[in-house]
This record gives sequence, C-alpha cells and structure tokens, in this order.
Amino acid sequence: MELLVSGNRREATKGPRWLLAHAVAVFAFLYLPIAVLILYSFNGEGVGGFPPRHLTFDWYRVLFSDGPIWDSVWNSLHVAFAAMVISLAIGVPAALALDRAQFPGKALFRRLVLLPLILPGVITGLSLLMLFNAAAIKLSLLTIVLGHGTALISVATTEVFAGLQKLDRAQEEASLDLGANYWQTFWRVTMPNLKLSIIGAALLIFTLSMDEIAVSFFLIGRDNTLPLEIWGRLRRGITPEINAVSTIIFVFSLVAIVVWYRLRMRDGGTEAGMEVVEAVGGTAS
Amino acid sequence: MFSRAYKTAVTLPPLVWVAAFLLSPYLLMLCYSFWSVSAVQVIVHHWSLDNYRELLRVGVYWQTLFRSMWIAARVTIFSLLLGYPLAYFLSFHAGKRKDLFYQLVIIPLWVSYLVRAYAWKTILGSDGVLNTLLQYVHLTQHPLEFLLYSPFAVVLTLTHIYTPFTFLPIYAALEHIPRNLVEASHDLGATPGQTFWKIVFPLSIPGVLAGATFAFVLSLGDFLAPLLLGGPSGIMISNIVVSLFGAAYNWPLGAAISFCMLLLVGSLIFLSERLERKWSFS
Repeated sequence: MELLVSGNRREATKGPRWLLAHAVAVFAFLYLPIAVLILYSFNGEGVGGFPPRHLTFDWYRVLFSDGPIWDSVWNSLHVAFAAMVISLAIGVPAALALDRAQFPGKALFRRLVLLPLILPGVITGLSLLMLFNAAAIKLSLLTIVLGHGTALISVATTEVFAGLQKLDRAQEEASLDLGANYWQTFWRVTMPNLKLSIIGAALLIFTLSMDEIAVSFFLIGRDNTLPLEIWGRLRRGITPEINAVSTIIFVFSLVAIVVWYRLRMRDGGTEAGMEVVEAVGGTAS
Repeated sequence: MFSRAYKTAVTLPPLVWVAAFLLSPYLLMLCYSFWSVSAVQVIVHHWSLDNYRELLRVGVYWQTLFRSMWIAARVTIFSLLLGYPLAYFLSFHAGKRKDLFYQLVIIPLWVSYLVRAYAWKTILGSDGVLNTLLQYVHLTQHPLEFLLYSPFAVVLTLTHIYTPFTFLPIYAALEHIPRNLVEASHDLGATPGQTFWKIVFPLSIPGVLAGATFAFVLSLGDFLAPLLLGGPSGIMISNIVVSLFGAAYNWPLGAAISFCMLLLVGSLIFLSERLERKWSFS
C-alpha cells in the first residue's frame, strides 16, 4: 500500500517520460528559428550555409550606418506610440462601458471590438483601405496609426476589463459617498487601481504595433515602418543585416514581454495574457 | 451607482470610434462586393451579384480556397498535436518550473511574425541552413528542393507561429480543472489513461476548440507566409485578394472574396463558441 501510494505520487509529479521529451522537442521547434536567426547575424558568409563561418560584427556595423533602416525604426516607434495612445483612449472607456453600462447593441459592440484580434489581418487592412479611399484620406503613417490604434483597442479593453473584475467597487462607492465627483473618483480611485492593467496593456500594444505587418501592408504610404522596410528588402535579396536588425528587435521585445509578464503576475497572479486569449476564445464567458 | 452622464461619457466615444473604424469599413466592404470595375478601371456603383456569380463560376477561386482550408487544417492538427501535450505537461507535471515554461511558450508568441517567417526561409532554402547541414554530414548530395517554396514550408512556418496560440486556451482550460476530480478518479482506481480520457480530456475540450479556431482562422487568412515561402504551389486565398487589390485592380471582386472569408470566419467562431458552451461544465 505504502509503495503504491508513493508510486502514484511520483507519477503525479513527474508524468510519463515521453511527455517531457515531447515538451523539450516543442521548445526546440519554437526556438530553433530564433537561435538560427541570432547565430547567423554574426555569420560573415551570409544567411545560410552550414557550419557558420567567419563570425563577425560586420553586419551590425553595416546596420548602424544604414539610414533607411533607422528612419523606419523611428517611424515604427512613432506609430507604436500613437497607436498605443489611441487604443488606450478608446479601449479603457470601452472596458468601463462593458463593465458598467447597459446600452443597445452592447453584444455587437463587444464582438466588433474583439474581432480584429481573431480576424486575419488582410480583412482588417483591406476594409480600412476602402474606408480611407472612400474618405479621400491619403495613405501615410497616420493611416497606419489609425489601423493599429483601432485593431489594438481589443488588447486594451480585454486587459482593463479583467482588471475591473478584480477591482473593489466599495472603494469607488466610498469616494462618491464622501463627496468626490465622478471625475475625481475616476482619476483618484479607479485609475490607480487599474494602473498595472493599463501599463501591461500599453506595453503589449506597443510591442504588437512595432511588429505588425499584415494591416500595415495595405495602409502604407511613402514612409515605411520597420517590418515593411524589412519586407521590402526580403524581396530584393537578403543579407545577415536583416538578421542583425531582427536580433535587436528580438532583444527589445523580450525585455518588454518579461516586464509585462512580471506586471501581470504582480497584479493578481493569473497567467499573463490569459485575459486576451479567453476573451477571444470565448472560454471566459 | 454610476450616473447616466458617467455611463454616456464612457460609452459614447468608443461607440463612435468603433462605428467609424470597425463597423463602417466592414459595411463598405460589403457594398464594394456588389459594385464593379469599368473597362477604364473606374469603380462603377451599380449594384449586382455579378462578383459572387463570378466566384461560383471560376474554378481557381474554389481550388485556392480549398487549398487554403487544407493548409489551415494541417496547421491546426499539427498545432494541436504539439500544443496539447505541452499544455498538459505544464499544467500537471511541470511543478515549480511551470512559470518559467509558461514564459518560454509566450515569448515566441510576441516575437515578430515576419522575423520568424524570414528565419524559416533562411533555414529551408536550397543553400539554407538545413540543406547545407544535410550535405555537410553527407546525408544528401543535392539540396532538397521541396523544403522551400512549397505548401510544406507554409504549413511548417504557420504551425510554428500558431502552436503557442493553440497552447494558451488549452492550458487555461486544463488549469481550470479542479484537481480533486483528478485525485478522486485516481483514488477510485482509474488508471492514468482512464483518468485522462474520462476526466481531463472532456473538460479541456472548450480550450481545444478555442485553440483550433485560432489556428485555423488565422492561418486560413494568411498571405505573408505564402508570399515569402509558398512559391506557386503554396498560393492561398488571401494572395488572390491581395493581387485583386493590387496589380489586377478589381477591388469589388476582392471585396466579395474578403466578405466570403469574413462570413466563413464569423460562422466558424460562432460554431466554436456554441460547441464550447455545450462542452463547458460550469
């Protein structure tokens, strides 16, 4: 009996060996391209070829003196920042509305807000292209900002909505009872409570916008964002310079993700990112 | 407790924005799909079903749609095969390292799609990393040509991209399973296999459905991986739409295809939500 119990317990903690092997294999599959990408950014002989030869920092040197790339990085940073402001400015009130107000078309509204997360980028991008075309708005970085800002409202709304579920309504009630008006209550009670959700959403939106290509593809004017600049170069022939710039983006994304993850864990300890996934997957409701 | 003014203030701006930049573009797309293009390439605002008739008539649209669905189906199956056991391992057997493993799964999720597709291109090319490695160890004499510019390359890349997407809802579903149910099953003498198939798996079905929907819908509409890695035999339905909006200049026909995709995607999401609700135990 003793033996049986301990045997069971061991099984419950370690599990069959093939599960572990499978997990290792999946991680290898997920990280292989990233490892290759980084490794070949130091390869003197080009993007392919085994084994890598003549390890060098030359491609980073080429990259740092490459004007168009840095222009596009600058454009992407602008776009990501502006998109973040728009998504939060619309997404935070939208979360409050979904949490606290009843209005006709609420279910449709919720679906529409979440749609760009699950809809292929080609549909979102092209439908916005038709809108800007009909409104005679010239394509530029501004149209990309509007596209990203709109598509990423979903992220702000889901993150903040999840934050609202954890918020203690009594605090807001107390503030109102003690004579603060709604505006004061919003800024002094509601917002500080949502701080972590909002910072988390902001980081996520910024990173997603920096990397976005499917929607930008259709809304691009004369100035490129970084992913579109890379895309243009991929079609012309490739050098490890692309690997070098990708490695740098990877490092920055990694930092953003880890910071975001820590924030989410501090804010209630649920698995980071689950809100977005559950809202879209419908498993939350 | 919230006044009418408060509710209006938080409701109105998002409603207006969503109506302007989400609802109206989709409606405009629907309108476009009934219009046509004149011989001198001007959009004619004359309403008809001609574009939809064209779609039914011309075989290449159907073939491409079916090929896209077949690619998306393979991506979905492979993502589930990779994602489910991983999620199960993390949820039930990872112990203290669960948190670390979870982060390791979501990191690739937020690494640029384009960068990852590009990395696969440098791996699979005829003078890419894999082919030169195989020749280096004398497993092959000549580059394997089917690796790049083929549906295989598209399926592989999209599986890589959507495996974490599939993993997340499955993991969420597994995490929600009350552990005492599993313990009870063990205590009552069920083997680990029986416990899995009779308790764990049925309770995780909503997550599987959500993950499968993600993978299928997003890979169905992908156009960048086919452009970058697919070659002529890997063309997908969105590539046709892109060319109709570009060089081929037939926005109305492109809008008709897009709207059909929107309907297809919408009904898949609807169906999957229905099924999820049916299978959820709460």
